[in-house]
Amino acid sequence: MIGTLLSGDLPRSKVLSVVMVAILLGLALAPFLFPGTRALNTAATICVFIVLVASYDLLLGYTGIVSFAHTMFYGIGAYGVAIMLDRMPGSWAAIGLGVAAGLAVAVALALVIGLFSLRVQAIFFAMVTLAVASAFMILASQLSGLTGGEDGLTYRVPRVLTPAFKLFQDKLFGVRVDGRIVDYYLVFFAALALFLLMLRIVNSPFGRVLQAIRENPFRAEALGYRTVVYRTVANGLGAGMAALAGVLMALWQKYTGPDTTLSLGIMIDILLMVVIGGMGTLYGAAVGAVIFILAKNYLQGLMGAASEALAGLPLIPHLVHPDRWLLWLGILFILSVYFFPTGIVGRLRK
Amino acid sequence: MTTPEPPVLETRDLTIRFGGHVAVDHVSCAFQRGTLTAIVGPNGAGKTTYFNLISGQLPASAGSVTLYGEEITRLGAPQRTKRGIGRAFQLTNLFPNLSVRENVRLAVQSRQNAGFDLFSMAARHEELIEMADHYLARTDLLDRADAVAAELPHGDQRKLEVAVLLALETDVLMFDEPTAGMSVDEVPVILDLIQHIKADETKTVLLVEHKMDVVRSLADRIIVLHNGALVADGVPAEVMALDVVRDAYLGTGSGGGDDDA
Repeated sequence: MIGTLLSGDLPRSKVLSVVMVAILLGLALAPFLFPGTRALNTAATICVFIVLVASYDLLLGYTGIVSFAHTMFYGIGAYGVAIMLDRMPGSWAAIGLGVAAGLAVAVALALVIGLFSLRVQAIFFAMVTLAVASAFMILASQLSGLTGGEDGLTYRVPRVLTPAFKLFQDKLFGVRVDGRIVDYYLVFFAALALFLLMLRIVNSPFGRVLQAIRENPFRAEALGYRTVVYRTVANGLGAGMAALAGVLMALWQKYTGPDTTLSLGIMIDILLMVVIGGMGTLYGAAVGAVIFILAKNYLQGLMGAASEALAGLPLIPHLVHPDRWLLWLGILFILSVYFFPTGIVGRLRK
Repeated sequence: MTTPEPPVLETRDLTIRFGGHVAVDHVSCAFQRGTLTAIVGPNGAGKTTYFNLISGQLPASAGSVTLYGEEITRLGAPQRTKRGIGRAFQLTNLFPNLSVRENVRLAVQSRQNAGFDLFSMAARHEELIEMADHYLARTDLLDRADAVAAELPHGDQRKLEVAVLLALETDVLMFDEPTAGMSVDEVPVILDLIQHIKADETKTVLLVEHKMDVVRSLADRIIVLHNGALVADGVPAEVMALDVVRDAYLGTGSGGGDDDA
């Protein structure tokens, strides 16, 4: 049962199994374990990024494709739903239409980019994706009539997903189950389903071909696999998954703007999460997303507390001042790459 | 040499130029079913390049390749493999971080056209795994099936290269120095296999080989390439006696030395 659900791709390490179960339970029970808006927001962001980072791992870790356009596809999914909800506030039909349109645009664009540039060298493909993503970001901020420009779009989601909605009259385990929590579970279960779907894809005969292409594209061709076709399909799949992650983020934040979906900053974050977690494992995407987003959201607060506690000492309070949080995040990254070149999951599976 | 049966594979004036250098120069040759043709010649004669033109790793500058009378000159390597031209490489060319079994299983999977199945579990396609194991058994590799390909000793990697080729189940099998760098006691395993394929009489085998004793024992026919051109073609005893062959090839040191590179 669990074997089928995980497509036979078990964590293969006791520590990793424990970590994965902890992540799953932590996210599944987040509204009850960690009440509060901020904690729930962090949990939802983690869910979305697990999908987003895993879909990037499909490209980078499994197929060996370096793309910088992943946030573009993420943005297309988010904007699809945002634009539709902007026109038809609070409507489920708008969400349906937005998902369909976002998916179609993202996959079609990915297939076109793939067919035109995946037959050439990897570096060239990376440059093309960077150029297309930059162009798209400018386009999104210029077409303000459609996208809200730099300000982005703020819209109303169906009432069931808003705090005004109450699922039960009474509290459940001391928590009022409102639309916010319904929204969270929508994100959580969608993310879980998408993650398991990707786990299935990488363990399918198709997924095995992707790994073969990553290992030795020349040999894969000689075996009869047309690498351009496989790479292009993988690119389309990754883009579709990223767009769905964007949809979830749009439904959670009720706001979509260029900085929260299209920025290259997020692209770098995705890259860091894949590398820290461990490329080509999918579990690494989950571990990387959890660590990175927790660090991003709570490192500053922790450092502020530490800085105050150590107020009397020379120099040290300055080093742990909240303003230095990026420095510490950088150090964390360098240490993790230095000590775990195959990522945390690669290390745990040794 | 007229045979009633049309050739399986034929090259006509097959040529490739790299800048001013003509690496394969108007080579015309037909290969019959059930035969084993050895392609010999000194290093740099264009043997591997000729192979690359036939199996589609390189595009021809001029001339044609036909398989069962159908021109395949413009097709890429994957399409040619699907149509029945299988190739083992001179420099071991595997999926280094995948298991030995997975290397062969991928070939079986390609043969079965199962690559575009996205939603089933590869590990549950037992018939593919069984077929992979069958070819591993034939090449004496079954007990190493779970090892990572890169960790195999050189001789076993050469065997795996052959196992992968067999698993493709193509009509044409091309071996590019299959025993290069193998220890003396490992060579017979590979030679037995090639002998078996030849005895099958449904396959067309092309073999690039430096060891003249191997060529002599296996080949029905030898063609000699020199500076990219076909300079001799005939049964082994005849070809080996030719002056041009002695000068071009045998003179460089015969007696089974493995001068690859």
